[in-house]
Amino acid sequence: MNFEKVKRDAKKKREALRQSKKPLILIGTATCGRSAGALDVVKVFSQELEGRNIEAEIIETGCLGLCYAEPVVCIAKPGRPSIWYRNVSPERAKEIVDGYLVNDNLLADYALGSTEGSVEGVPCLFDLPALKPQVRRVLWNCGFIDPRDIDHYIASGGYEALEKAVLEMKPDSVISEVKRSGLRGLGGAGFPTGRKWEACRRASDDEKYVICNADEGDPGAFQDRSVLEGDPHSVLEGMTIAGYAVGAKRGYVYVRAEYPVAVKYLETALAQAREKGVLGENILGSDFSFDIGIFQGAGAFVCGESTALTLSIEGNRGMPKPLPRPRTTEVGLWGNPTLLNNVKTFANIRWIINKGADWFAGVGTDKSKGTAMFSLAGKIANCGLIEVPMGITLREIVYDIGGGIPGGKCFKAVQTGGPSGGCLPASLLDTPVDFDTLTAAGSMMGSGGMVAVDEDTCMVDMARYFLDFTQKETCRQCSLCTLGTLQMLEILKAITEGKGRPEDIDLLLELGEAIKIGSICGLGQSAPNPVLSTIRYFREEYEAHIYERKCPARVCKALISYRILPDKCRACLICLRECPVGAISGAKKQVHVIDQKQCIRCGVCLSVCPDRFRAVECVPGQLAEVQR
Amino acid sequence: MIDEITFTIDGVPIKANKGDTILKTALEHGIYIPHLCYHPDLCPFGGCRLCMVEIEGRGLTISCKAPVEEGIVVRTEGPEINKVRRIAAELLIVNHYSDCLECAKNAECKLQEVARYIGIEERRLQRLKRTVRTIPVDDSNPFFIRDLNKCVLCGICVRTCKEIQGVGAIDFAFRGYATKVSAMKDKPIIESKCESCGECVVRCPVGALVPRNMRKPSREVKTICPYCGVGCGIYLGVRGNTIVNVKGDVNSVVNKGVLCVKGRFGYDFVNHPDRLTSPLIRKNGELTQASWDEALGLVARKLGSYVPSEVGFVASAKCTNEENYVIQKFARVVMGTNNVDHCARLCHAASVAGLAQSFGSGAMTNSISEIPNAACILTMGNDPTTSHPVMGLQLRKAAQNGAKLIVANPRKIDLCRLADVWLQHHPGTDVALLMGMMRVIVDEKLFDSAFIKDRCENFDAFKESLAAFDLAFVEEVTRVPKDRMVEAARMFAAHSPATILYGMGMTQHSHGTDNVLAIANLAMLTGNIGKPSTGVNPLRGQNNVQGACDMGALPSVYPGYQAVTDSAIRQKFETAWGCSLSPSPGLTLVEMIEAAYRKDMKALYIVGENPVLSDADVQHVQKALAQLEFLVVQDIFLSETAKFAHVVLPAASFAEKDGTFVNTERRVQRVRKAIEPVGDSRPDWWIVCQIARRLGAKGFDYSDPSEIMEEIRSVTPSYGGISCQRLENVGLQWPCPHDGHPGTPILHTNTFTRGKGRFISLKYMPPGEVPDMQYPLILTTGRSLYHFHTGTMTRKVAGLNIIEPEGVVEISPQDASRFGIAEGDRVKISSRRGEVIAKAKVTDTLSSGVVFMTFHFVESAANVLTNPKLDPVCKTPELKVAAVKVKKI
Repeated sequence: MNFEKVKRDAKKKREALRQSKKPLILIGTATCGRSAGALDVVKVFSQELEGRNIEAEIIETGCLGLCYAEPVVCIAKPGRPSIWYRNVSPERAKEIVDGYLVNDNLLADYALGSTEGSVEGVPCLFDLPALKPQVRRVLWNCGFIDPRDIDHYIASGGYEALEKAVLEMKPDSVISEVKRSGLRGLGGAGFPTGRKWEACRRASDDEKYVICNADEGDPGAFQDRSVLEGDPHSVLEGMTIAGYAVGAKRGYVYVRAEYPVAVKYLETALAQAREKGVLGENILGSDFSFDIGIFQGAGAFVCGESTALTLSIEGNRGMPKPLPRPRTTEVGLWGNPTLLNNVKTFANIRWIINKGADWFAGVGTDKSKGTAMFSLAGKIANCGLIEVPMGITLREIVYDIGGGIPGGKCFKAVQTGGPSGGCLPASLLDTPVDFDTLTAAGSMMGSGGMVAVDEDTCMVDMARYFLDFTQKETCRQCSLCTLGTLQMLEILKAITEGKGRPEDIDLLLELGEAIKIGSICGLGQSAPNPVLSTIRYFREEYEAHIYERKCPARVCKALISYRILPDKCRACLICLRECPVGAISGAKKQVHVIDQKQCIRCGVCLSVCPDRFRAVECVPGQLAEVQR
Repeated sequence: MIDEITFTIDGVPIKANKGDTILKTALEHGIYIPHLCYHPDLCPFGGCRLCMVEIEGRGLTISCKAPVEEGIVVRTEGPEINKVRRIAAELLIVNHYSDCLECAKNAECKLQEVARYIGIEERRLQRLKRTVRTIPVDDSNPFFIRDLNKCVLCGICVRTCKEIQGVGAIDFAFRGYATKVSAMKDKPIIESKCESCGECVVRCPVGALVPRNMRKPSREVKTICPYCGVGCGIYLGVRGNTIVNVKGDVNSVVNKGVLCVKGRFGYDFVNHPDRLTSPLIRKNGELTQASWDEALGLVARKLGSYVPSEVGFVASAKCTNEENYVIQKFARVVMGTNNVDHCARLCHAASVAGLAQSFGSGAMTNSISEIPNAACILTMGNDPTTSHPVMGLQLRKAAQNGAKLIVANPRKIDLCRLADVWLQHHPGTDVALLMGMMRVIVDEKLFDSAFIKDRCENFDAFKESLAAFDLAFVEEVTRVPKDRMVEAARMFAAHSPATILYGMGMTQHSHGTDNVLAIANLAMLTGNIGKPSTGVNPLRGQNNVQGACDMGALPSVYPGYQAVTDSAIRQKFETAWGCSLSPSPGLTLVEMIEAAYRKDMKALYIVGENPVLSDADVQHVQKALAQLEFLVVQDIFLSETAKFAHVVLPAASFAEKDGTFVNTERRVQRVRKAIEPVGDSRPDWWIVCQIARRLGAKGFDYSDPSEIMEEIRSVTPSYGGISCQRLENVGLQWPCPHDGHPGTPILHTNTFTRGKGRFISLKYMPPGEVPDMQYPLILTTGRSLYHFHTGTMTRKVAGLNIIEPEGVVEISPQDASRFGIAEGDRVKISSRRGEVIAKAKVTDTLSSGVVFMTFHFVESAANVLTNPKLDPVCKTPELKVAAVKVKKI
């Protein structure tokens, strides 16, 4: 197939859409949109269009990244500004059809922004505080194109980098461009991508493999999923260029089976890419042949580690291979040299080839070039997926993009790098975000999860939560990792249950250090991070739990108490009736009292006490002891 | 030449071999580095993290994986190492269920060793939470117990099962702390594909895998396993006069310490209460206890009353060389008859006859240890992982090493899962299949013309005989798709060295000799003979069937295959034995039975064999035995055959005597007495000599088997260099003509024994019985992994009978539904000879039209059904093909 014609046709198709007299309705139906009800919204729009006989085209797109605003819908009317609406429920969808689609009423209250600049009370979409500081490269197309139509991708310049690489560049020059760009592995470890490619190219073997690691297993991380659901071809293009550069004929996308939408979109994308001649035999008419298969992981977190991942594809139990061993670039899948990069790393390749290494390196810090993606979650106003230049500070992310902490609460810490990352306190908010600085601060870039926590979060409990996850996901190959994290978890549980011992903090540190030194893989080497970093920055909270038997954040049930303030109690009987264990005594016109011995600290009394009284309070510590 | 490297460990200069790891080198030099998951037989795992060392300038590494390098400075201790190692050990200890004094691994436990080295402090342990698991102990296997609460998850068992045994019955399952070593679906081990070989039990560093009822032996005796023809070296653990365990001999070149389930656990029969402990004489129809004097006197008197043609002897493939030599000598010298044979008649007589025609010598041409280096293996008419388990491991290893594996078998045997091509030919069509393959090789000019020209003869005539094997005809006869046969032919021709292994699926036919000739043709055609990892390799089924043949327990040859019809040879033996000898060959085993049936044979002396279960058409055999005037049976148990005897003589088992066995690769190995004969039993050689002396014969006054061996080597050229002294440490492969000779691992290297290798033209002959309306199915027979021969020994081992308590008839799903049979149904299987009842096992290992039974079980004796039609050359009955019908009862 002639690629010039393919490009021409794709661009024509896009122009036809743009010039069309019909309005376009873009609806984000990636997993995040779907969980917010986007598919119902699609249904409502179709029904409304059909019922009212309106000519319009619905396009399902990927995720824009503004999770707090899902479902997101954009109405692009000919001759009118394109308006992006937030939190579009089925009811709101009907209003929008009535309002903007039929009657030209912008409904500014529901609007996020407009792509054509600020209009009629609607701000410019890209000037939104959540979007303005972002530099969207990997996310370039996400939310704007139909990920199931390769023509959308091609019309936006897709596969031109592949064309350039395969037809105009030698594999070595592709590699040197990637090296010069300074791109580092975005799976978390930050290994220089070009060097990895070079090592794989140099490995002498006829059979080589390229693997895209899409085994995104961290709780709270969803960048890879969003890229695969929003712009799958950008990943496939990067993989194919990599295949050309290292001399591979076969690639695999190792994707979690828990990402069914991503898998489906990838399947569609692969079929379309083969059809257009950008994948398969003799790509773009050249001698280069390369094809990609999908391998669905069975849900083991540790299979995100490269050697465990290759074992998993081979049909074995995924367990990381201990060092010393050859690198995967030398001995990888089926014993052959294998290049393994993350989804986001591959998605960056086309920019480097198209715009050059210098352009790419124009953003970022000295040692971390380009952009970083984070899944922003936790106690933060604007949850979502963001892409920011390397070197941006945590403060900018939390307060500017994230919109700060909701409910007037105080920022306490931010956890970066997923369950194996560390918690950084407010004092480090001005830390620039890049691979090396985060590591130095006791955390890491890791999977790109970023969880903000406020004053109501107990740091001991949070460390316990993350450790509980990693503990359960260890492979039990090295006893230090599995049994060591189990010990740490038991100690943390004991502390949160009010059974902490004075020696526990030192023991946690001792175990944590040993696990970090002695474990086989990154999982074990980083699993103690949440504990070690919270002890480093929030030691007083641990001490309060152990010595004062108090949970300052009022989270750990064994270390808090509820009481009724006599001067505020109106003896309304509500809490008395609702208490599930009958721990509240009192009567009409008789102030209520909680029996601390019977109380199970469920908090029902606090939640049912009418706002106008606010007579119940939760206090740190064990009240019975305090009173005695 | 191995490169040598010098480096230091804790300042001590060490010389090491390039490619070795630091840990292996250190341990070999007597330097202990703590470890749990390392085992020298297995690939390093690197999980326990205890063997961590520091390489100066590079930091910490695990020594079980780090290779030695020139000049590196290794430290086994240091503040960081000690901290990590101590915590790693403490964590294992607080998670380990400790009952050290009751534990079978006490004092051998590797965790104890680590603890002792590190010096465990109770004060430190108390800081940690003890979380001992409470997983129910898996005692489903009759031979060993799995207590996962003691498991340290070192993975040694998992790797052993995969790397050594090639089975993969167990693996890690689940994640995190819930991780455990588990069989498929976390079921009890007995329900998995575990072969109960016990290799993992031997290697488990802690008490998680221990033998059941283990008693520590007070001494150990090195000897050879009494089961199949592989000839594994073993140590019998003895306490008092009882065998309490068996250990593989790691120094044995045959098995390197590895054993199968029967070899390791199948020793209960030796001290079994049913052992014959005194002679029995039939009085008033009943076998009654008698003294040796009375019994021996009676036997001598009776035997002395017959003329030579009225007496026959059945020697034993289970007895030693020395005993077989004495038996055949007794027959020939004392009784004046060549009527001596043994069960090789039922197994590899076709190999002896066929290979003698083609090559001039009928034994395995190459050695077991060469198998893993073959580029291609054709294994035909056998199931090595079942019948020769430790040799089967070599095939699994070869396949894992990348060798092309071609399986030709009507059954889907275990090796099919590793095979590149499986040819499921119809029973009895082997000649057609092989000739078809050779037709492809000749048509496509893939043969080794130089080898054929230099080393062989009669090629042109053979080539012409291929014309009859049109591939369409072959496909029709064998039911093997043409393409698959072509693929196999090309594969075999293209990969050198290629080796052929075969078993009784080839020989137990009315055209068994032709089958063997076809194999010999294929090997010569592709030049795969006389070189390492090539050859024609009949796998011998019994511990000493090769030796019994070598010793001349055959009606046509003296020891060393020297023909009785050759007058020069006969004169040599007459001189050596001081008597005159019969010039005419004697009767074969089956012919002796026939002669008994006709009452031409009056007296039969059977040593350690059980024809009432093992021969074809056993009801006929029983009638024949009942016709005898005098039957002597010499055995360790009152076998089904012994029940017909007039005199039963209690023999000593393999564990109770000295001597030699010859394994399938012609390796003569030393058998040693571990315990005194049970009860009043006696070694077979002693018994026969006593009778000879009572009959006034000279030359039977040996005081020890080693004296017999001296006589053997003096009359047997191929044994000329073999003496008990030379066999003390390691076996010797014959031919070994003189004292300085190292033995011969590969036959026919420069010339064939007969000079040129002879191609032999062949025709396809259908089996003696083909299915018809009345008997629509073909019955084929074979062995089980858990039982042996007629079960005389294995049916006395309780554990083996728990694993496999009864015989079954295997039937394809198609035939099962055709005859209305479901899994577990009791069915009647009938042939023109008789009927038996067995439980049905519906399995896709068979194609429709074929059913399968083992012949181990008296309760469902397959040989009631089998066809006694003989191969015209070697007189082996067609045990592998019988027309039968099945019916649910």
